[in-house]
Amino acid sequence: MKTEKPELPDENAIAINTNDPIIEITKLCKSFGVQQVLKDISLKLFNGENLVVLGKSGSGKSVLIKCIVGLLKSDSGTIKVFHHNVTALTMKELGEVRQEIGFLFQSGALYDSMTVKENLEFPLIRLKANLTKKERDAKIEETLENVGLRDALYKMPSQLSGGMRKRISLARTIIIDPKIILYDEPTTGLDPVTSDEISILINDIQKKYKTSSIIITHDIECARATANRLIMLQNGQIYADGNIENYEKSTDNVIKSFFK
Amino acid sequence: MKIILPVLKAKDIVIHHTINLSERTIEKTEIANNFLTDIADVLLFIARFIKETFSRKFEIREFLYQCFKIGYKSLPLITVTGTIMGYVLTIQSRPVLVNFGAVTMLPGMVAISLIREMGPVITALICAGKIASGMGAELGSMKVTEQIEAMEVSSTHPMRYLVVPRVLAATLMIPLLVLYADALGIIGSWMGANLKGDVTLTLFFSQAFSHVIFIDLIPAIIKTFFFGAVIGLVGTYKGYNAGRGTESVGKAANSAVVLASLLVLIVDMIAVQITDMLVL
Repeated sequence: MKTEKPELPDENAIAINTNDPIIEITKLCKSFGVQQVLKDISLKLFNGENLVVLGKSGSGKSVLIKCIVGLLKSDSGTIKVFHHNVTALTMKELGEVRQEIGFLFQSGALYDSMTVKENLEFPLIRLKANLTKKERDAKIEETLENVGLRDALYKMPSQLSGGMRKRISLARTIIIDPKIILYDEPTTGLDPVTSDEISILINDIQKKYKTSSIIITHDIECARATANRLIMLQNGQIYADGNIENYEKSTDNVIKSFFK
Repeated sequence: MKIILPVLKAKDIVIHHTINLSERTIEKTEIANNFLTDIADVLLFIARFIKETFSRKFEIREFLYQCFKIGYKSLPLITVTGTIMGYVLTIQSRPVLVNFGAVTMLPGMVAISLIREMGPVITALICAGKIASGMGAELGSMKVTEQIEAMEVSSTHPMRYLVVPRVLAATLMIPLLVLYADALGIIGSWMGANLKGDVTLTLFFSQAFSHVIFIDLIPAIIKTFFFGAVIGLVGTYKGYNAGRGTESVGKAANSAVVLASLLVLIVDMIAVQITDMLVL
């Protein structure tokens, strides 16, 4: 197993505020039983950045972002989100940090028993309690328009296609105006055309809502379209860190197997 | 060689036994560990339920919706089973009472049987099948499709939103369903009695309730609150702690029914013992 990082130029293509890491992970370890999924992971997400985390299935990508949002407890290491150490927060404090984080689940995770409108209302009622009903309705309509699905307001999740479900999930993620969005495999299970549309939507959201994002994927086209910087995970460790050009020029076999 | 062989065999036996013993010890330790972990999980779940029940952010809308789902949507099933329960009990008991010349006792006997035991237990068992399995499957599939995690990320405690309203709704609705089943059971009994006789409903009711005293009703109603709590807790616990695959949804629903039914009967046995001790 190769553990050394391949040599890559470390200049980023897009100007990002590298003095201001909004997520800072240091020596993060996570195991499930005897299987160690994350080994000494250290990374930073900078303000305004789209960071793509690449890796094979089972390399610990999803576990990484679930640790960031506190859905999974890490074994050791620190995760600082806006300088708050997530691993040491109480549930109440964690709830406050989560208000700044949007999470797009791999399966969409739309509530089956609720309409699209109720799905979008759910986080809004709880996290933006000061809004009136009229303001909430306006916000829902505006968000649905931003993801191009204004007509889906009263549909049930079962009436939506895979791409539409992803868009509605994205709408539910951005409706609370998060500063950070964590995307878990946003294009998995979608056809190439819809995948491209979702990638474009991710970029649009970054510009419009001025968010910073971590995008977990093994879809190279999605990574190409959205990444300001890429990190590759291999066997629970960071294998490479750089921008897309660095990866495409790399002669390393593991990287080449992804960027054929 | 002849001298060495038995020594080698003896060694082999010793090693073989040692391996077997250690494997068995590990297996037993694991079983004991799992058992203790399960108990701790259940206790933790109940403690969290109690804590969230008294939290300030009570999900009243979800609670009312669950009351509607558990109570109102169970009415057709309870109507049919309640009526059949009284009808069958009357048909089966009548010949015995006729033999003893005590057929006039029929309404009172049926009413007492229904109110004290059959109504609560059979209704609770039917609800365990319908409600506990529904909760297990619903929460299990929510877990598999990451909906529970999505709720957590939205700063909504899933325990507060999913578990508390369901358990409280079951605790409140099952006693009402039992009373409804008791009433329909007596009507069913009247229908059964009219197959071989001619009694008016008013007369049947007055005969039935002349044998029933208020104290028959109290322990029976009190225990149904516990039945409701057990059904709600088991259903939500099994769903909330379902595994990751789709297979685990079926397992959660199935084990919820089995465990809820078993616990209903155990609670009933305890309630009967307590009632008997208090000479009620």
